[in-house]
Amino acid sequence: MSNVTVTPGRSAQTPLTPGRDDRDGRRQRRPRKPINTQFRTAVSPHQLNTTHGRIIYWIVLVIVVVSFTAAFVFPLYWMITGAMKSTEELNSIPPTFLPEHFSLDGYAQAWDLLELGRLLGNTALYAGGAWLLTLAFDVSAAYALSKLRPVLGKVVLALMLSTLMIPPLVIMLPAYLTVKDVPFFHWDLLNTPWAIWLPAAANGFNVFLLKRFFDSIPRELLEAAEIDGASPGRILWSVVMPISRPILGVVSILTVVNVWRDFVWPLLVLPDSDKMSISIGIASLSSQMPQNVLVASLVIASIPTIVVFFIFQRHIMAGLTAGSLKG
Amino acid sequence: MTTASIPVANRRRRQPTKLRRAVRRNLTAYGFLCGALICFAFFSWYPMVRQVILSFQKTNFVDAPEWVGLKNFRTVFSDPAFAPAWINTAMFTLLALLCGYVIPFITALILNELRHARAYLRFVVYLPVMLPPAVGVLLFQWFYNPDYGLFNQVLSFFHLPGLQWLNSTSTALISLVIVSTWMNMGSGTLIYLAALQTIPSELYEAAELDGAGLFKRIRHITIPQTKLILLVMLLLQIVATMQVFIEPYLLTGGGPENSTVTVVYLMYQYAFNFGSLNAGNALGLMLMLVLMVFSAIYLRISRDNTV
Repeated sequence: MSNVTVTPGRSAQTPLTPGRDDRDGRRQRRPRKPINTQFRTAVSPHQLNTTHGRIIYWIVLVIVVVSFTAAFVFPLYWMITGAMKSTEELNSIPPTFLPEHFSLDGYAQAWDLLELGRLLGNTALYAGGAWLLTLAFDVSAAYALSKLRPVLGKVVLALMLSTLMIPPLVIMLPAYLTVKDVPFFHWDLLNTPWAIWLPAAANGFNVFLLKRFFDSIPRELLEAAEIDGASPGRILWSVVMPISRPILGVVSILTVVNVWRDFVWPLLVLPDSDKMSISIGIASLSSQMPQNVLVASLVIASIPTIVVFFIFQRHIMAGLTAGSLKG
Repeated sequence: MTTASIPVANRRRRQPTKLRRAVRRNLTAYGFLCGALICFAFFSWYPMVRQVILSFQKTNFVDAPEWVGLKNFRTVFSDPAFAPAWINTAMFTLLALLCGYVIPFITALILNELRHARAYLRFVVYLPVMLPPAVGVLLFQWFYNPDYGLFNQVLSFFHLPGLQWLNSTSTALISLVIVSTWMNMGSGTLIYLAALQTIPSELYEAAELDGAGLFKRIRHITIPQTKLILLVMLLLQIVATMQVFIEPYLLTGGGPENSTVTVVYLMYQYAFNFGSLNAGNALGLMLMLVLMVFSAIYLRISRDNTV
């Protein structure tokens, strides 16, 4: 298979096509790996081989790399350096490409004026609690629905999945009223972390992802544990959880990132400025801040999610396609 | 399970145990379920029901709620911002589809052809998605500034006249669409890219042997092969963009002259600024019904194709 698409007789000196020069080059050094068939795309490899094709390929590549960098990296560069400029320098026309003086004063001011430390701490508390609660509730619920199969389990599952049809934003007003005065208990959860944590655990998509994964765990494995006398809780903890680490990773990151990025819900339920999450805190003070301080706070606010993205890139992309690609 | 191996003679004697075991299994199961059930009941199912109830009531949380029939809906209909809100939402959805649906697919098509810098491009296109939306929106607020904002500076660099962006009725809505597309196109691009990589190469080879050119191959192989994911993403995106809130809330406050007021924004205004929560509920109920149609189609498609 791998030989079929490689032009025979090609030496290392001839200009190689972009499509296979790395593969052919590798052939000179070490045994060639089988060619991944996904590399055959709409563009014909034979057309790519030609001089004409190669020129077009490199032009397109350069255009794409330059325009992506301009569109997605440059704004971030502008943000990071903008925070280092003084207000006068920010307003100057034409703008300076590099800050005149390298200074982190903007960042220090933003940290103090907006009390970013507290805002970040609040947000971490909300995201962490939501993560623990979601894992505890949704994992055990999905396990019960998948493996214990109680009476009316299908109805419960259908009801949980039905919440996927109604976006949370649309029912934000009644949900807000519920948080303000929880039925039967008459608790006022406004300005408490519970207002974030409890609704975050009511996530039909998490239950769906987890249940689908648990369904794929062979029954024999659990039965073996049961014969050994393990209780359902023990089976969940010692058998199911360890083999479900990939999906637990996806659910964890989805939950933490969603809480961290959320805007509307914390805007409604955390009006107290001491309790605000980072997004709300910055947005509510944005109009009173000098521009460079505001921009510095934007940079600081985006560091945590960007770092998470750097570390868990693969998990995040897996989570992205987990729900949709199965189709 | 284990009962299957019990000798027939023993079976009757074991019957009560079996029943007790079933009861115990159910109790355990509902024990595991109770946390999630409570959360769903209070924060998902009850609000859904209450959304409907509140739309037909007048509540002030002091007196007992009063049924008022369609009065809330009449209030909403007679609001001069009602029609603009729906038109803007529809326009925003349409424009966001034109940009945020077509561009990611074309981007994915091109990325799929490239053999270099793939990891870099994938990473970069997803970066804005990882920013908190408030950060992205406030960043663009700065870029849109007509005097010293980045966009007008770039335009003047090319000797083009500057735009008023958010301050003009003609460009405000499209400015919101640009922010929204910039922030969200990464996820669409990566999903399409993943879908493109599952297309079997034999199909392209066969089409090529049959003499189909590049555009014919895209039209007759790529698009049919990704039809399902394109359809699913279309519906998901309609549902997501029709709830646009944060952009008008942070950037324009619905202005200028109601040119960017949207349904969810108006709903928020009713509840928290106009002190008319029930009117907000009525509006929310209308949006809920519209979105449920799209969601139902989505669920139907994804169910028919996954099971």
